[in-house]
Parts: sequence; C-alpha cells; structure tokens
Amino acid sequence: MGAWFLRTGLAAMLAVGLVSAPRAETPKRGGILTYMIPADGGPSLDGHKETTYAVLHATAPFYSVLIRVNPDNPASTSDFVCDLCTEMPKPTDNGLTYTFKIRTGVKFHDGTPLTAHDVAASWRRIVFPPAGVSSARQNNFVMVDKIEDPDDTTFIIKLKFDTLSFLPALADPYAYIYSKAILDKDQHWYESHIMGSGPFKFVRYDIGQSIEGERNPDYYHPGQPYLDGFKAIFAPKESVRLDAIRSDRAALEFRSMPPAARDQLVSALGDKIVVQQSDWNCGNVLTPNNAKPPFDDVRVRKALFLAIDQWHGAEALSKIAVVHTVGGIVFPGSPFAATKKELEKLPGYWPDIEKARAEARRLLKESGHEGLTFEMLNRNVSQPYGIVGTWLVDEFSKVGMHVTQRVLPTGPWLAAMRQGDFSVALEANCQNVVNPIADSGRYLPHDLYPENFAYHKDPVQVEIYNKMLHETDPIKARALMRDFENQTIGVGAHQLMVTWWYRIVPMRSYVKGWKISPSHYLNQDLANIWLDK
Amino acid sequence: MYQYIAKRVLLTIPTLLGAAALVFILMRLIPGDICLVRLGGGGGSFDPKALIACHAEIGVDRPFIVQFAEFIWGLVRFDFGTSMWSGKPVSAEILARLPISLEIALLGTAVAISIAIPLGTISALKQNTWIDVVVRVFAIGGIATPSFWLGIMSVLMVLDVSAWATGTPWMPPIEYVPIWQDPIRNLSMAILPAITVGYRYAAVSMRMTRSAMLEVMREDYIRTARSKGLVNKIIVNRHALKNALLPVVTLLGIEFAFLIGGLVVTEQVFNLNGVGRLFVLAVQNQDYTLTQALVMLTVVIFVFTNLVVDLLYGWLDPRIHFA
Repeated sequence: MGAWFLRTGLAAMLAVGLVSAPRAETPKRGGILTYMIPADGGPSLDGHKETTYAVLHATAPFYSVLIRVNPDNPASTSDFVCDLCTEMPKPTDNGLTYTFKIRTGVKFHDGTPLTAHDVAASWRRIVFPPAGVSSARQNNFVMVDKIEDPDDTTFIIKLKFDTLSFLPALADPYAYIYSKAILDKDQHWYESHIMGSGPFKFVRYDIGQSIEGERNPDYYHPGQPYLDGFKAIFAPKESVRLDAIRSDRAALEFRSMPPAARDQLVSALGDKIVVQQSDWNCGNVLTPNNAKPPFDDVRVRKALFLAIDQWHGAEALSKIAVVHTVGGIVFPGSPFAATKKELEKLPGYWPDIEKARAEARRLLKESGHEGLTFEMLNRNVSQPYGIVGTWLVDEFSKVGMHVTQRVLPTGPWLAAMRQGDFSVALEANCQNVVNPIADSGRYLPHDLYPENFAYHKDPVQVEIYNKMLHETDPIKARALMRDFENQTIGVGAHQLMVTWWYRIVPMRSYVKGWKISPSHYLNQDLANIWLDK
Repeated sequence: MYQYIAKRVLLTIPTLLGAAALVFILMRLIPGDICLVRLGGGGGSFDPKALIACHAEIGVDRPFIVQFAEFIWGLVRFDFGTSMWSGKPVSAEILARLPISLEIALLGTAVAISIAIPLGTISALKQNTWIDVVVRVFAIGGIATPSFWLGIMSVLMVLDVSAWATGTPWMPPIEYVPIWQDPIRNLSMAILPAITVGYRYAAVSMRMTRSAMLEVMREDYIRTARSKGLVNKIIVNRHALKNALLPVVTLLGIEFAFLIGGLVVTEQVFNLNGVGRLFVLAVQNQDYTLTQALVMLTVVIFVFTNLVVDLLYGWLDPRIHFA
C-alpha cells in the first residue's frame, strides 16, 4: 500500500510542470514583494466566513494555521505538515482521536501568547459556529464530534467516525487561528480587522486597492519570512496585470494567467520571467437538469456526454484557455483519480470518438430526440467558461443537436441553477486542498448536497458514497471511488467533468522560494518567498 | 436668487424619493442573491447553513417593506448602512473611491475645455478651410474612438516607447496616491486617464462649440458690432463666445456629472479604484445597500450639477432672471 501511494504521489508531483524548475539556492533576506490579486477586493477579511481567493491572497500572510500542505512540496496531495503544532499526530482510539501539541512561545502580533485555547476557539468557530456566525466550510467537518483544549499546549479533536477525508479538511488554508480573547468579545471582529500570528504583520488596507504587510520578527519558523514586507494590489483587469508584470510594477499574480498572456510575457521579457504550471484542482462540470425533459431520460444525457471528444478537445483548448487535462470526478494528480484506461470506459471519455458519436445518435433516435434543440446555461466569464462553452456547442452539433448558450453574470447564473431554470448548465468545481472524498460529495443528489443542480435521485450513488466516506483503507476507498464515478457518469449520467483547468503562473525571475500547488488557495502565506535582486 | 436655489433644492426631494423607490425595486428584480455570489462564486463547496446565516446577517430575509422603510429612514439620516458585500460602512466604501473619480473628472474636464473651446471657436471662424477640416476630423476621431481602446493603446504605447528608449518598460503607477502626499506620482497616474476621457469629452464639446459659434456669428448683433468697426478679437471674445457657450456649458455639466460615476471601463483599464468600478462591482455582487447609495449619489451629483449650470446661465446671459 505504501509503495502504491509513493507511486501515485510521484505521479501527482509530475502533474506539476515547471517551465523553469527552481534550483536549491540560499535565500536572501530583504525586499518588498509586490503582487496582484485578480479581483476587485474581497468581501470581509474573515477567512472562516469567505470562500473567494481574493480574501485568502490578501490575508493568508497574516495568519497561522494548525496544519497545512507542505509549503516545500505543495504539489503533493497527501504531504501535510504542522504549522502551529509540533508534530503530526498519530490518531488513537481506533482513529477517532487526534491530539496535537501546540508550539510554545508563539505570539500574536499584538504581543499576546498564542495557546491551544486560541486554536480550539478558532476551530470551534469553524466546526460549530455560534448563532449569527457563518462558517463556509462547516460541512467538511461532519465527522468531528468534539474539540477539547485541556491545557495551554494540547488541542484534541475527537471524531464520530474515522475517515480519509479528515486530515485534508483540517489543512484548510482558510482555517486561520484567531485570538480567543478577541472572539470572546466579538465574533465578528475579524470580518473587518486583521490580527494573527503569521509571518507578516498587518500595515494597511486601502479598500479595493491594496493591502500591505511587514515582516513579523517573532515568527516561529526559524529564519522566515525572508521578505521585509509585501504589497498586494487588487487589479481585476487582465491587461493591467500583464502590463504591471511587464513593467515590473508587480512581480506576479498567484492565481493563473491564460496561455496567451504567458506567451506574451515570455516573449517580451525572456529570461526575466519564469513560469510555473500545474494541473489545477478546478474544472468545468457539465450538468444536465435530470429533472427536466428531455434530460430526465438517461439516454439523452448519455448522448450528450458521448458527443464530446475530450481527449482531442483538451489538447486544442489548452492553447487558448486555462484547461489542460482530461479527468474524472477526482483531481487528476490524486492517487484516487481514475487512470486513462479506467476513464475510457465512461461516456464522454471513449477513445474512439466516431464510435461514441454513432452511439450518441443511436441513443437520441431511440429516445425520440434526434436533432434535439436546447439552451446551455453558461457564466459570463471568458476563461475558461466562455471558451469551453463555445467548444461544447460545436461538439454537440456533431451529433445533430442544436445548442445555443444563455450567458449570464455570476448572480443570475447561480440563481438560474438554484431555481432549476435551465436544461443544461456549464458550471465549475473548484476546491482548495485536494480532498477526493470530500470534494466528490458535490456530485451527491440535491437533497443531500443542495449546491448540486443536476436535480437527480440516485440511492445507489448515495450508498456508495457513504461506504467510501467511512472507509479507512485507501485501496478500498479508491475502488469505491471508481464505483461512485461510474454511477455518477456512467450508469446515471448525472454530470460530466469536462476538462480540468491548468494553472499558469508567470513571475519575475527574481522571485524565489515559492512553488506552485494544484490550488490557488494553497501556499499563500509568503513565508518561504525571497527576492534575488 | 436664493429663493430660486431653495426652490430647486426642495424640488430634488421627490426626485430622490422616486430614484430611491426605483433602484430598490429594480435591484430586487434582478435574479440572484449576494450570499450565493459570495459563497458559491468561486465554484467551491459551502455549507447550506452558511447561506441561511448570511441572509440573516445582511437582513435580506426580512419582508421587502421593512427593508425599504429602513433604507428610506437611513436616507433621511444620511446613513446608508453597511455594504452587504464587505460589511464596511457604505460611506467609507464610497469616500475611499470618490477622490480619484473626482480628480479624473476635474482633470478630464480641464483637458476637454482647454481643447474644445479654442478649437471649436477656430473651427467656426475658419469654416470650410483646411483648418476646419482638420479640427472636425480630430473631433470625429474622438467621438468614434472608444475610451477603453484609447486607454489600452496609450498604456501599451508608453510601455513600448519606454522599452525602446531605455531598455526597461515603464507604465504609470497602478495605485492611487493623493496629490497632497505625492503630486508627481499622483499626476503620473492620473494624466493618461484624464487625457483619454478628456479627448472624447473634448470632441463632443468641440462640435457643440463650433455649431453654437456658427449660429451666433450670423446673428444681427454681431453684424452690428462689425459695422461699428469693432476688432474681430473683441467681437469673438466679448459678443460671440459668451453667448455661444450656453449649450456648451450644459453639455460640460452633464458630462462632468457622468464622469464621476460613469468611468467604468476607463477605471478598469488604468486600475483606478474609483466610483465607476465600485458601481459595477456593487451591481455584479448584488450588493443592494451599496448600489442604492451609489445611485442616490449619482442623482445628487446630477441635480447639483444642473443647478450650477442653471446659475451659470445667469452669469453668461444677463437676460436670464431667476424667479
């Protein structure tokens, strides 16, 4: 089993391609890193409450977390290390109790000591939020029974059941550790203030424009951070970000840029730019409304999937859009992901596209829906929704379907899906820590997972998921994941993953120490970044 | 005149109330939900309980009539509440963006006036000569060229020229610094957007100045002035231009009011953290409180600008009396 995970872990690391691989160099101290956040400023500053990367990219450098994805090996989907704890615990009590020892001597930026009580208060707020407090990822912790903090250095989480989804969920990059004293006074204080124990201290926030931090001299990871400070500038327009990197007004943006922007920067700046690229834990999902005719007929849904040539399409699309890899419902770099051979058995992944399309035409004829006409709901975001949507329309036309797109802004697009006011929708699944079991929960029926808009009913699918959630043997859990995937895409044809996204981060070559991960939510505290200039 | 001003100010009350009711209803007619955008916009998972908590926290789970009454009562007290998106006071959100928008509007207007009035006048005085043709082409170019394109091109040109000249590409700063803190940095950021919006604004005003001047120059009193033997400079400056400016001033007023909240694309192209960008963000995020406040601000700016324009009429044309 160990060897299997080692192999698959290596495969995950290979999924991260570095155009210029970072060499081991001695970090230099000093300098201010300026980077851009491709957004108009986030909503509140509270990581527990928010879901947008705009908040995380602006505030993660100020906070500590309990555990995290290894910042020196962020490409791995299973390498978790301590941040505030001293050692990753071995669970006791049949895998139901996790006891963490918290570092001593850690201080909040206001000088007060950080103890296990602060860690417990923060995690209670995330897992069991008090009335009037919203915790965005509360449903990732259904397995948690109790949180205890018997003394200043001990933090215990007790589970209702052991599950492989627990540790990845615990490494949530938004799970900032707040001060218990502040939370006790005002649970909403952190929505508009910043005060953590992370590598950088808060300096100033100009609403909607920029945020600045300075080096925390009391930071507990020896030698870090290397930077004297950072400035993050909000810049929603891509051309501004591109020009800013070109003119060195900023060194990079951490989310992703389209291939054309990457090529333009490389062409203009030559060796002054390096590019890190990786498969991205985000992808588009094609969702037929299973409750609405004719998509209540599984034959029509299968025909829809069979019309799509993902293998050739992804390759062509990767030249113009932030998509790259064909995959099933699990992130392609994960040990739980389907192999190509496994995928090829599912509709939407057949290797012989002519055979697949012949089958699609047959199914449409059999169901009485030859020449089917429908409208596909899409979001008015070009990268990659617009491009993928346009490609899909063309793919559907190859089996005689006549498809138009209804492209809406985010709010009305979400509202249309929630109201079931669509035939087929192009949506996305974008997660932070790769947590295959928790992440695949979004394919469960609407009555169990309200943000699933396929509106299907499938007791078999639910039963498989519950078994998988409680399975602690990775090999067996992986086998159950295949069953779940087959039930979701193959048997029920409820939803189809259409091309996983690809993260492209061009950056000034003087930026060192940062390594790309499969998620733009990870490895953002900037502690290991240094400037070679 | 004071009576006139007081009357005009009182008349704004029904205008404001009508605008308030309209924006309140229209925002709620748009399908969608700010909490959904906030929690689900990134495509990730979120807890359904978080959605309910979010609705309760921002108060959209209350009856419409309660929300409307609260909005109006807030308006009466100049309290616009807190932004549903950021949780910060709406006044703080707007005040953070107003200086840059105001500066660009003022600079853009200055650019427009300094181009439009002299060129429009020259074009009229030199009607049907090559000078007139050049000025008209320049004006039509300004009207036909979208500001955002001009903005993108001007930044690219600066980047390419600086790269060619010095070997290092340079672009204007992308963060706003108040003029009293660092005038050079401030102006180097503001000058390109001011020229970009000022050019289009100048083009429209130039055509208006030209046509108004042509009309005035054919008036009897101009012929009388010529027959009295007055020099051309005095005829143009004292008799013609002042009268021709009436429609130009109206246009400048409307354009100025528009520039404060309407520079949506220009603000994005130059990464200006202004009111226009905030407006788009508020509508996109379905932030009711912020959108409502911004609409009210725009209405007030338009009403105030119209009042100033009306008062200027009296100065430009003494025959106009305020009753």
